[in-house]
Amino acid sequence: MKQPFERVVEEHGATVLRVCRAILPLHDAQDAWSETFLAALKAYPGLDGDANVEAWLVTIAHRKAVDVTRATRRRAVPVETPPESVSTDGVPGSHDQSLWDAVARLPTKQRHAVAYHHLAGLPHKEVAAILDVTPAAARRSAADGIANLRRTFATTDNPQGART
Amino acid sequence: MTTADEPEVLSLLEPLHEPDPEVLARLHQRLESSAQADGLLDLAYRTVETSVGQLLLAATEQGLVRVAYAREDHDLVLARLVELVSPRILRAPRRLDAAARQVEEYFSAGRREFDLPLDLRLAKGFRREVLAHLPEIAYGRTESYAQVAQAAGSPRAVRAVGSACATNPLPVVVPCHRVVRSDGVLGGYVGGAEAKRTLLALEAAAG
Repeated sequence: MKQPFERVVEEHGATVLRVCRAILPLHDAQDAWSETFLAALKAYPGLDGDANVEAWLVTIAHRKAVDVTRATRRRAVPVETPPESVSTDGVPGSHDQSLWDAVARLPTKQRHAVAYHHLAGLPHKEVAAILDVTPAAARRSAADGIANLRRTFATTDNPQGART
Repeated sequence: MTTADEPEVLSLLEPLHEPDPEVLARLHQRLESSAQADGLLDLAYRTVETSVGQLLLAATEQGLVRVAYAREDHDLVLARLVELVSPRILRAPRRLDAAARQVEEYFSAGRREFDLPLDLRLAKGFRREVLAHLPEIAYGRTESYAQVAQAAGSPRAVRAVGSACATNPLPVVVPCHRVVRSDGVLGGYVGGAEAKRTLLALEAAAG
């Protein structure tokens, strides 16, 4: 049976915000959240009663993020080497912020796989459908992303964060 | 929600799981406004605290569609509204500003009648005719089920008046509490006998 949409926001709002934050720059993440939930509200009456609501929301968020990234690229002036992303908000070098930065520095596919599998908790099969790759490739991207994250996060900002 | 089979990854990503209630509250408000602007807010609801407990108020774009007592179970009431009206439901207090203010005024004994757009879509046929008559019973007065049946044009439909009152989707605002048995007994009430007594005592004191 279908829940009132308010419950959907209550149950999944925080997770979708973390996913948006992981796949987009800070200033775009909240806009993507808003667009995701507005689009979801519009489509909600047509959603199957037994659909996986979280996978559905993450799929919408993914499409919004791809749109935002494309629009940003069109506006951006090309540079030879992308500047190192620097934390300008929160406490500099704080544990949370440096981890968000480390996520932001991941290659796109790894960042998406880590966000959808590890932050949203979707199975690799669902992640594969969203990214339009095979489940094995989705699993590999998530694993590579975590390995990368451990390495860069440990070496750049937080040596004691390394786990061996 | 993280994959439980990878505890090390879970602790690595732990800092990313901090929810920020303030940001989420602001985003929720933004969603309420844009949903309203885009005509997607089929149902808005909020609650108000009163001397008969917490009341749920829900409104469509046409008007107030449901008032519910806590004993009706607000979660159940919302679940029924999903089926009967729409699943596009948000806790969006702004649409209910006027309704909430008037309900509060009623309970602080200042307000004698409600001046709100009503959406009576949850009541059909004869029940709806009964509800349409109820606001004509003056504040502080009562009528018997038989009198209401007569006023609604079906003097023999006394039991039907009873069930119209029992299923009133807008208690308090549509005053079914002013309908009592002809022998003086209060009769049933969707908010419970105690709430009916409280409302009638409130009106008697103020009237």
